[in-house]
Amino acid sequence: MSNARKLADNLPTEGSLSGRNVLINGAMNVAQRATSATGLGGNADSYHTIDRFKLGAEGTTAGRLTMTQDSSGPSGFANSLKLACTTADTSIGSGELLVLSQIIEGQDLQRFAKGTSDAKPFAVSFYVKGNASATYVCELFDGDNSRHVCKTFSVTTDWTRVELSFPADTTGAFDDDNGASLYLQIFLHSGSSFNSGTLPATWASKTNANRAVGGGSFFDSTARTFFITGVQLEAGSQASPFEHTSHTDEFLRCARYYFKNLAPVYTTQYGSNAICTTEFPVPMRNTPALSVVSGTAPTALAGNSYAPHASMYVYHASSTGDAVSNYQADAEL
Amino acid sequence: MNIKSAQYNEVLGDRNIKAVIDDVTWFVPISEDNAHYQDILKWVAEGNTIAEAD
Repeated sequence: MSNARKLADNLPTEGSLSGRNVLINGAMNVAQRATSATGLGGNADSYHTIDRFKLGAEGTTAGRLTMTQDSSGPSGFANSLKLACTTADTSIGSGELLVLSQIIEGQDLQRFAKGTSDAKPFAVSFYVKGNASATYVCELFDGDNSRHVCKTFSVTTDWTRVELSFPADTTGAFDDDNGASLYLQIFLHSGSSFNSGTLPATWASKTNANRAVGGGSFFDSTARTFFITGVQLEAGSQASPFEHTSHTDEFLRCARYYFKNLAPVYTTQYGSNAICTTEFPVPMRNTPALSVVSGTAPTALAGNSYAPHASMYVYHASSTGDAVSNYQADAEL
Repeated sequence: MNIKSAQYNEVLGDRNIKAVIDDVTWFVPISEDNAHYQDILKWVAEGNTIAEAD
């Protein structure tokens, strides 16, 4: 094969040559909250380890797993997201559900021209492996218009690149704002309420029974593992090679949604109170929830999302200045 | 998320909610676009109450 042919095969079929991936932290390199979390199951509906990747849960599965940032990956990847089953659930209730997802703002999805006659297809790609063969379901869910499309994919014991091409959708535009518009979801476990219908191969109004048809259960055995990295979503009918970016770029993209400050923040006397303000590294998606991770609990914390100098203040109802050793700000979707 | 308590908090003209969520104390903006506030609204819908500010 000529070099020109190889180059042509690696070029994206639609859109730009850089900034193609609308997902954030697809190489699993940023994990501000923690690098490991245990005992996750029906209570897991939140962000636990790797930034921007959420475990969504419904129902009361008995299954439990450990979620880690793992140092294994296919060539060119230093990290992956690993799930390891620690408690099996072979008696699946109808309403049980476990998904791994990333939620994307509508204003970052306008390139897909969804809901217009010029709508673009969606190309999803990622690397996966597991302890044994398995089949799971990948769904694109348009939360603005309650529409979805799904495909199954296979996992083997070796790292394998999965490339899924989802069709364009001329119905239902994404909102052009900072709210949750598109959910990229991998269904890892589901009850009959989610898998008793027919998998939608083209975009259709959301029907819960159709969402996870043909997918297996990650909780079928305590031997079960699932590794994933190099996750990419781009406009076009064909997936292009994963677009690696610098750690700084990816960290700052993550910090729009969650930021953990590790440097001391000192308050100083202000009348009969003590107060300080500090800026966030980037404007956050919206006004964040704030929490002190260590140090003296303040009377109040309050933040904003103003660009370009989004900030927060720390307030103590006393005149004694104090240090807040670190804090976390959360504006996740 | 497991919410143990929630109370309105008013300081320096700001009003938010001080809530203990998953054993962590959060100061949550009163904004329906914030995931923590959405969880507090679900918690209220289950019959719980946000306490008034001190």
